[in-house]
Amino acid sequence: MAILLIAEHDGKTLKSATHHAASAAARVGGELHVLVAGQSVGDVAAAAAKIAGVAKVLVADNAAYAHNLAENVAPLVAELAKDYSHVFAPATTAGKNLLPRVAALLDVMQISDIVAVEAADTFVRPIYAGNVLATVKSADPVKVVTVRTTAFDAAAETGSAAIEAVGAAHDAGLSRFVGAELTVSERPELASAKVIVSGGRALGSSEQFHGVLEPLADKLGAAVGASRAAVDAGYAPNDYQVGQTGKVVAPELYVAVGISGAIQHLAGMKDSKVIVAINKDEEAPIFQVADYGIVGDLFTVVPELVAELSK
Amino acid sequence: MKALVAVKRVVDYNVKVRAKADGSDVDIANVKMSMNPFDEIAVEEAVRLKEAGKVSEIVAVSLGVKGCEETLRTALAMGADRAVHVETDAPLEPLAVAKLLKAVVEREAPQLVIVGKQAIDDDANQTGQMLAALLGWPQGTFASKVEAADGALLVTREIDGGLENVELKLPALVTTDLRLNEPRFIKLPNIMAAKKKPLDKLSVEELGVDIAPRLTVLKVAEPAARKAGVKVANAAELVAKLKNEAKVL
Ligand SMILES: Cc1cc2nc3c(=O)[nH]c(=O)nc-3n(C[C@H](O)[C@H](O)[C@H](O)COP(=O)(O)OP(=O)(O)OC[C@H]3O[C@@H](n4cnc5c(N)ncnc54)[C@H](O)[C@@H]3O)c2cc1C
Ligand SMILES: Nc1ncnc2c1ncn2[C@@H]1O[C@H](COP(=O)(O)O)[C@@H](O)[C@H]1O
Repeated sequence: MAILLIAEHDGKTLKSATHHAASAAARVGGELHVLVAGQSVGDVAAAAAKIAGVAKVLVADNAAYAHNLAENVAPLVAELAKDYSHVFAPATTAGKNLLPRVAALLDVMQISDIVAVEAADTFVRPIYAGNVLATVKSADPVKVVTVRTTAFDAAAETGSAAIEAVGAAHDAGLSRFVGAELTVSERPELASAKVIVSGGRALGSSEQFHGVLEPLADKLGAAVGASRAAVDAGYAPNDYQVGQTGKVVAPELYVAVGISGAIQHLAGMKDSKVIVAINKDEEAPIFQVADYGIVGDLFTVVPELVAELSK
Repeated sequence: MKALVAVKRVVDYNVKVRAKADGSDVDIANVKMSMNPFDEIAVEEAVRLKEAGKVSEIVAVSLGVKGCEETLRTALAMGADRAVHVETDAPLEPLAVAKLLKAVVEREAPQLVIVGKQAIDDDANQTGQMLAALLGWPQGTFASKVEAADGALLVTREIDGGLENVELKLPALVTTDLRLNEPRFIKLPNIMAAKKKPLDKLSVEELGVDIAPRLTVLKVAEPAARKAGVKVANAAELVAKLKNEAKVL
């Protein structure tokens, strides 16, 4: 039994989501191989070789894989999967885009967004916005699984796996990468941040969203997140959205500012270690999950907090 | 071009679903059901493409129990032209849904299929990608913008780092994200008109698809609830607690 893990990377650097998914795969047991598909991805492969527990890194280096188009990468993974009992990927937007396509090519049911491994064929996954956890057992010959990264610690970087080139090129000729508009930020990434400051509809405008939250995020060395309402209103970019249908985060400290705490938002942050809520409505549902709450106007409380942290 | 949209009947997003006492399943008896919110966005997008003259006909498809008819009527009231109901009481996993939709696509021959990125009950986020794979079509997942061009579709995708633009050859499949559009409010005359639009029935047998589940649900349980915290009076007290009690600063 061997497991194939799909590496998450941007062509230059390996993302820590891979390390989290690797430790989920380690719970299954068996030999772990990592696939790095891309173009000129030598550095990524070298980084993947360092993940503890990885026996081999497979590199599919080809222009067809340059932009991670699922139409091209899925046939490659499906072909390689014949030699594996499991295919794992982090439940990032890249993993979610690719893996169901692989599963369909293999005629198996994917198990999405697992938070625990019970046995080699049995996994726990949240459904209904995390209101319930389902334990599911797969009867398929290959288990195709995406991993909720916040549920598993990152594997260490103590390994030194062999690196091997694999795979013919699959250029399906169906799709073309045109361009990307990536959010540039000096801040830590939401997915891996130790502290997150998140803002909601109450921030009222993009200027206030950034003007009020950023000094606090600076003081805390935090990433900035947002509720759906704040993103929909254009106060923050889409990739800031925390929740059932956005990013799932679990930092040491999550500060929810002017966020009501709808179940869809809670689904994305209620596993944070410590939750702070600032809301002027003492009945706001966010207080039911907050360890510490301040009932008050965020436009006075947040600057006070910044001042207090500066002392 | 002809467009096909998939609409799933799900527990309304406002309902807080609970596990049954025996842990066998979720308890959804007598709860409010609605169209999956991402599928409303899918229907809306198809209707807008039709209004812009890019789409000629919209077929809405739903798979599942009798109640799906209601979901399909909603899609018709939003502006879909025809509805197809693949009626079955059997539980359907995304792979089975994808296979059934493939069979419907082969009958209807649309150039564009729009589905939601995720059903808010199973939170699977699979069906669209699976359907695209089975059809051998390109996929524009998590779309926040769709533009029909000559023989192609330009899709802006919401990804972890921001946005990505891809060009897809037609026929193509799109899965909707929240920012693609804001679904319209349905007016009463449209609800009346929807009652007269065609709603055809198909059976799983007719489509010749094996829908046997691959997964067995062993247990359904509610996660441990967080214990209620405390309210603090002001910023100074909060900082003190975070430092001395929670030790996160
Ligand atoms: C299919 C679907 C998917 C969804 N996915 C997500 C998701 O992934 N993430 C997500 O976040 N949401 C999601 N939602 C939306 C969710 O249901 C809520 O609508 C949303 O989270 C509300 O955002 P909010 O808390 O910022 O706004 P509101 O609910 O409007 O809350 C604003 C809060 O700010 C408080 N407030 C106002 N003024 C002040 C002030 N001056 N000082 C202090 N407090 C103030 C108010 O008391 C209120 O509690 C989804 C919904 C659907 C239907
Ligand atoms: N039973 C169904 N009937 C119609 N459409 C469905 C059904 N199940 C899933 N879909 C479509 O597939 C999308 C993604 O669902 P899922 O993969 O289950 O998260 C939904 O938003 C629907 O558009």
